[in-house]
Amino acid sequence: MTRPDPNLYDYWPYQGRPKIEWPGGKRLAFWIAPNIEYYEFDPPPNPQRQPWPRPNPDIIGYSQRDWGNRIGHWRLMDLLDKYGMRGSISLSIGLIDHHPEIIEACKARNWEFFSHGIYNTRYSYGMDEAQERAVIEDSIKSVQDATGDRIRGYLAPALTHTERTLDLIAEYDFWYSCDLFQDDQPQPLKTRTGKLVSMPYSLEVNDVITYSVQGWSPQRYTDILIRHFDQLLEEGEESGTVMCIPLHAYLVSQPHRLRVFEDALKHIAAHRDDIWITTGAEIAEHFREHYWDQSLADIKVRGVTTGGTGFAPA
Amino acid sequence: MPLPDDYLTYPHRSHGMDQDLYDWDPADRRAPVQLASGVKAMATIVIPLEFFPLNPPGEPFKHPGAMKTPYPDLRHFTTRDYGNRVGVYRLLRALETVSLKATFAVNAEIARRYPPLIEAVRTAGHEIAAYGVSTAHIHHAGLSGAEELALIENTRKAFPNARTWMSPARNQSFKTLDLIRQSGFDICLDWEMDQRPLAMGTKAGEIHALPLMNELGDFKLLLDRSQSEDEWADQILEAARFHIDEHEQRGAQCFAFTLTPYAAGQPFRMHAVRRILDGLANMDGLAVATAAETVDAFSETKT
Repeated sequence: MTRPDPNLYDYWPYQGRPKIEWPGGKRLAFWIAPNIEYYEFDPPPNPQRQPWPRPNPDIIGYSQRDWGNRIGHWRLMDLLDKYGMRGSISLSIGLIDHHPEIIEACKARNWEFFSHGIYNTRYSYGMDEAQERAVIEDSIKSVQDATGDRIRGYLAPALTHTERTLDLIAEYDFWYSCDLFQDDQPQPLKTRTGKLVSMPYSLEVNDVITYSVQGWSPQRYTDILIRHFDQLLEEGEESGTVMCIPLHAYLVSQPHRLRVFEDALKHIAAHRDDIWITTGAEIAEHFREHYWDQSLADIKVRGVTTGGTGFAPA
Repeated sequence: MPLPDDYLTYPHRSHGMDQDLYDWDPADRRAPVQLASGVKAMATIVIPLEFFPLNPPGEPFKHPGAMKTPYPDLRHFTTRDYGNRVGVYRLLRALETVSLKATFAVNAEIARRYPPLIEAVRTAGHEIAAYGVSTAHIHHAGLSGAEELALIENTRKAFPNARTWMSPARNQSFKTLDLIRQSGFDICLDWEMDQRPLAMGTKAGEIHALPLMNELGDFKLLLDRSQSEDEWADQILEAARFHIDEHEQRGAQCFAFTLTPYAAGQPFRMHAVRRILDGLANMDGLAVATAAETVDAFSETKT
């Protein structure tokens, strides 16, 4: 049986929300999420989605993504270093085994890791609960073994979900999900257990959407990032907003794009005094500590509470 | 097997239209009309508030904004829902800043699910138009009369006072106009065959078609065709200027365009929205008005 409404969060009008203030009185929490992914050369089929646009092996698709790991990622890391920005890595967990050098370099920079599934060519569709748990447990353990860090965030592989996904990650004490795009501020999610925050991941300014789906030029992407930032910074005066730039080195680090993209970072960094340049887990932690209860209370008064939990209405 | 013989018979092949909903009335054969207010052209902003269920039936087709990936497509569900909880409030504020009123076309499902949103729209003094049950309840010729009537009654219940109707995906059956007129709607945003409100005949009386320009749609231009925000804003402002400039020749005309909250209400598009609204609000000879105000203004015209 399918449902018309996931019931994962309650309706909450954007206007008139109680104020969120980020640490240091900052108006906008800014984070960058480089997706560091591994796409398999000859992945198995999933009944609901083919892994590649062409039959395996899809040479252009595969090698372009590998270029992202061999060349692009290192350029992007240099660029973020230049602006003193840390990445929150949306990680294909399998990459830890393939390319530990990348993990070491990110760890040395104190970047955050969160799970983006095992491979970006293995989808959640059709998994039973035990299989989904196995992916989550593998994610936690593999990052812990490699880095000593406990992951707190989740973005389902290739944005593929089951009805259980968010309940399960909440149960494993994840702090935030990047899977939902309904807001520019964090919000409590209605999971069976835990305290899971819906973290704004700004999908509309994700470089896959802008370069590949929309087909926008490098300059246009930069213009859009600047306008997106300016609007959210202005609104952050009333109540703190979140902007994420989700990136893929195989796209943004292309030689014809990276320096144009840098202009957006330059613009954002110039507002350093007004913004909190941070990571996904730090935003989630701050929100859970200071604004979780305030948000629920305001949703109750000014929003629409429907009770129940995700895919389990009252 | 060739096609049947009657494939080459043309029962409606005569002067005028091949249906009897309205008459053929070409632009250069009609007298220009003048609005009592003296304005040369009118523009209507239509803001759709839509519910996109996670499990759309796809009958008889999937709404252009509907889910795209396998169930549960949380990505598109939440991307659309963004419009109803965040984007629309940006649009409301931008309209308030320049004191413009719009027509909000609202799915009955939205009215039931999000009362605070309807309250905000009403309090600000905008028109509320009925927009069917949801994007998954498309009116089409495959429905029985009773099935379609039930959809309209369900919608009417959510909007007891609305005069204006828009069908989900602007799709109709052959019976839709009769049924919505019978239910008391006298303005419809589905048909765009003229540049003035055009009275169409139904079994229950006249219903006025206000031209909502498909070619100016923000979803179509920005998402389907990937045009830039600047190109989009330029085209809307040009449409308004064109009608002002054509006034001397053709008299008063009107057009409507959409601001879709999940598209236009994105942070990076608000600068273009502000440019459109500022431009229209300050354009000499133009009045921005709701669908109902526009239809009423044109029903009092003089030739």
